Amino acid sequence: MAEKLQLQEVEVWDGNMAFAQAMRQAQIDVVAAYPITPSTPTVHGYAQFLADGYIDGEFVLVESEHAAMSGCVGAAAAGGRVATATSSQGFALMIEVLYQASGMRLPIVLGLVNRALASPLNVNGDHSDMYLGRDAGWIMIDAFNAQEAYDLMLMGFKIGEDLSVRLPVMINQDGFITSHTAQNVKPFSDEDAYNFIGEYKEVNPMLDFCKPVTYGAQTEEDWHFEFKARQQKALMDSLGVIKDTFAQFEKLSGRSYNPVESYMMEDAKVAIVALGSTVESAIQAAKDLREEEGIKAGVVAPRVIRPFPLLEIKEALKDVKAIATLDRSAPGGTLGMLFNEISAALYQNDNRPVINNYIYGLGGRDMTQENLKEIFRDIKRNADEGRLVTPLQQFSGLRGPKLSFFN
Amino acid sequence: MLEIRWHSRAGQGAVTGAKGLGDVVANTGKEVQAFAFYGSAKRGAAMTAYNRIDDKPIINHEKFMVPDYVLVIDPALVFSADITANEKEDTKYIITTHLSKEELIKLVPKLSGKCVYVVDCMKISMDTIGRAMPNTPMLGALMRVSEMFDIEYFKNAMLKVLSKFPQKIIDANMTAITRAYNEVK
Repeated sequence: MAEKLQLQEVEVWDGNMAFAQAMRQAQIDVVAAYPITPSTPTVHGYAQFLADGYIDGEFVLVESEHAAMSGCVGAAAAGGRVATATSSQGFALMIEVLYQASGMRLPIVLGLVNRALASPLNVNGDHSDMYLGRDAGWIMIDAFNAQEAYDLMLMGFKIGEDLSVRLPVMINQDGFITSHTAQNVKPFSDEDAYNFIGEYKEVNPMLDFCKPVTYGAQTEEDWHFEFKARQQKALMDSLGVIKDTFAQFEKLSGRSYNPVESYMMEDAKVAIVALGSTVESAIQAAKDLREEEGIKAGVVAPRVIRPFPLLEIKEALKDVKAIATLDRSAPGGTLGMLFNEISAALYQNDNRPVINNYIYGLGGRDMTQENLKEIFRDIKRNADEGRLVTPLQQFSGLRGPKLSFFN
Repeated sequence: MLEIRWHSRAGQGAVTGAKGLGDVVANTGKEVQAFAFYGSAKRGAAMTAYNRIDDKPIINHEKFMVPDYVLVIDPALVFSADITANEKEDTKYIITTHLSKEELIKLVPKLSGKCVYVVDCMKISMDTIGRAMPNTPMLGALMRVSEMFDIEYFKNAMLKVLSKFPQKIIDANMTAITRAYNEVK
């Protein structure tokens, strides 16, 4: 039986330690992993807990990330609680198996520490890997700091394993900015954390030899479509379970989570929509601009990326005059994902704000307070004019001549 | 908000030092942030680490910083690293060196007129810990210069941070902290 770890009321953990501790407390049956920067310390920390007697489950060091996710698929189909962690190139190598996991409706939890994709080679944080995975049929949730990485990792198991969901869950955090930044984190005791998640509930376990089952059967045009439609339905419906889980978590911790997070939006005229640690930095910039320049700035962030919380986005941004959507991933010849998805949601509203798009922070480029304030000032002009006076898409924090598109 | 920038070489313990300081500070009920720029830097490469300390949750995640304190734990970095980057008028520098303050400023003219303190964390750590581990002595010097915590309180708090090490190492670190506290000028 695994030893309990006595935690302090306030720990100073980085995001990787937050992941590793939550994974330890979840009493996972199998972790199959292949460490990669910047998520390496998640896997390292978990392995250390195992070596020190704090974990009973199996830990399998495999030969690649493709094998890591394959191992997770096998173990989850066998009937156990399963998780792993990765980043960037490792995530890219997992992609094929990510679709297998969601198609087989296996509630694997993946801690994704967001990092740029090569080439050029870069180990620093951006959202390229997160964006790469967004059609893979996984529930995707985003943490903006280490505390949230811990909280959401715990909630990830409860959400994915819910009998009405049974889908894999990806918990994202920013590489280095969150994963390697130590901050105050308030953890639960081992008992409270485990009791919150609860016992793993098996569904069609392959190790039940009395009831043989097949995973990943071939279907072709006769059944494939129906499978995929059911999968989409389960993913869309999971938002209800996500909200319930957030509510239960708030009762336990006092910490509130919502499918879409809104900050200072009660009277905001302009808003930044972003993901990751930038959300918090943007809140700081909005607060300062309200005091310093009287700009009524607010911030909106999709906590849940998939299923996309379209109705909540519509509501959160219904009264705002101008929006900047900030994408930390090279959009590959179009507008950024947040621009496209936020615009699509708001097109359904009567009030259509002026929306533009900023690409920023690629490969770990610092998103400074000054950059964020400049964006707020930019879109205040859009709000004042009631039309787009900035480029539709531009780069923030880029050196050299200004670059913009769709002008 | 108090902001600290460490200049170090990868492997000298700046990240551990920044996190150790964070642990101590968090125990007093304050909010902390400890982070570094290293990417895939290898042992010996110049790097920087950072602390932010505040009474309320720290939500600013920019790397850019106008430091209150600059801690230089490798003696050569005053010559090669941009240790005065983004300084303000009253930024305080605590620099590891075997030189006197006057000798150092003569060799590094950009430090003249600045609030400079010197301490030989290398010698102290070699004498006490037996290895070039200048991070904990630097924290002792910081306690003296900043008056952040009473030195006995700080040493007690560091005992918990260092608890995973053998007693011999812990004792050596305590001596190193005390020496740097007493020797910083």
